[in-house]
Amino acid sequence: MVHQYKNNGFNIILDVDSGAVHVTDDIVYDIIPLFDGRDKTQVKNLMFLKDGVRDVLKENADGDKKPENDFLIDLDLPKHVEKILSSYRKEDIEEAIDEIAELIEGGQLYAKDIYERSITNFKKRKTVVKALCLHIAHDCNLGCKYCFAEEGEYHGRRALMSFDVGKKALDFLIENSGSRRNLEVDFFGGEPTMNWKVVKQLVEYGRSREKEANKNFRFTLTTNGTLLNDEIMDFCNKEMANVVLSLDGRKEVNDRMRPFRGSDKSSYDVIVPKFQEFAKRRGDLSYYIRGTFTHHNLDFSNDVLHYAGLGFDNMSMEPVVSSPTEDYAIKEEDVPIILEEYDRLAKEYIKRSKEGRGFTFFHFMIDLEQGPCVYKRLSGCGSGTEYLAVTPWGDLYPCHQFVGNEEFKLGTVDTGIENTDLVDEFKCCNVYAKPKCRECFAKYYCSGGCAANSYNFHGTITDAYDIGCEMQRKRIECAIMIKAALAGESDYKKVNSVDAEVLAQAVR
Amino acid sequence: MKHVKTLNTRSLKDSMTNGGCGECQTSCQSACKTSCTVGNQSCENKKTK
Repeated sequence: MVHQYKNNGFNIILDVDSGAVHVTDDIVYDIIPLFDGRDKTQVKNLMFLKDGVRDVLKENADGDKKPENDFLIDLDLPKHVEKILSSYRKEDIEEAIDEIAELIEGGQLYAKDIYERSITNFKKRKTVVKALCLHIAHDCNLGCKYCFAEEGEYHGRRALMSFDVGKKALDFLIENSGSRRNLEVDFFGGEPTMNWKVVKQLVEYGRSREKEANKNFRFTLTTNGTLLNDEIMDFCNKEMANVVLSLDGRKEVNDRMRPFRGSDKSSYDVIVPKFQEFAKRRGDLSYYIRGTFTHHNLDFSNDVLHYAGLGFDNMSMEPVVSSPTEDYAIKEEDVPIILEEYDRLAKEYIKRSKEGRGFTFFHFMIDLEQGPCVYKRLSGCGSGTEYLAVTPWGDLYPCHQFVGNEEFKLGTVDTGIENTDLVDEFKCCNVYAKPKCRECFAKYYCSGGCAANSYNFHGTITDAYDIGCEMQRKRIECAIMIKAALAGESDYKKVNSVDAEVLAQAVR
Repeated sequence: MKHVKTLNTRSLKDSMTNGGCGECQTSCQSACKTSCTVGNQSCENKKTK
């Protein structure tokens, strides 16, 4: 499959199944679609023989066959050929054809998807659990309006996880992790610092078991920041591989959606100085300022840039996922505005990188050289198999977003996994099980998207949240364009090394 | 090449050989929690080699 697009003055060719990314001039960009299902000779005939178009089209007549190149879907081929012939010199066209043929021969263009059988077999293997999202506190002191956790309650009662339940969860993780050495545990909520004592006890317990179990725990914390103090920051800097700090951007944006629970008090005023101090103290350690944007702040690039203005370097901004009936929900008609916003942010990202004051935006980070293997890329996020969520009372769910939906309860930390049928369903959830993903150029980057979003919108985990997909595709296009824009720049190396460093710390 | 600049040399096909060790980070444990992005993650296998 080939995906070609123009963005910010760049002609970009993504050869989806090899992973190759090419930046081309106009002539190659225009000719590449002609190679869909044709070889070099056929393309030359198409271009240069009298009646070549007619003959080649007749020769290649294949009624319902979907083109490999998505650019062709709306293309009038005879007109396109005419345009090429009238725009470029014959020798340049021939040269371009030769270069394209060379790429194809080298497996870097029109490569075939050869992975389906391998991935299907890979997914059938016995899986291990390698990551837990510990719902350490189903309680929160903020009343965020979009909270999928229903202000911490997750469709259930307010509760704090006891040390005993948390200890069993860590034991469960160790016992079910096979030979996997690096184990990830995210302290999540509600607001995890509302149960801080247990967080510390669990870190201590995890560390105490590392040596004998030959495991390495990577603890992370997702916090709203309200309760941060010196002691919490120091502990996190010693023990947490990454911290995710929730803030929605500009004061008015943040305070509209993230007010204190039952009060009009601004959370921005309380949180921002604490986060700034925390980020400073993190030094080279990984952190992310993470926000949610909604229908109310479709100009969210201003919120990302606001983070930068506050002195933060590493940031993430996620679209809200909610019922379409909510006033803050992202609607279909919002999508074009959002896509433009990503373009705007990408241009500013490049500009600042070139000026030596770049920042890291989670969704614009793409590792073209050292990224994940194809198994990881195609096998999904791991929810329900490698990644589980644990409620305060020890129930196991496929991920944090399924918590509270009893249909998805997998078992408990005492019993282990009981609903193996459901685990099997998640095991088989990969891009080949999702019709929409099979035909999508972004499948190797999003891995089939979020199962919970699919379920929330379509009642099945093997569909896709369509608005989310449109945004994801745009983010990937921008991320690749950024690589093109910074390639050859002195800052390119810097940006890449920053990306790599941040990632390395996040997983350390 | 005169008309084409290729930004990467690694092929996804090559990653089939030594891939699948599972030591890499779980995507939702990073910074998203509401979407799924794996393309920006690093391969741990490369690091440990």
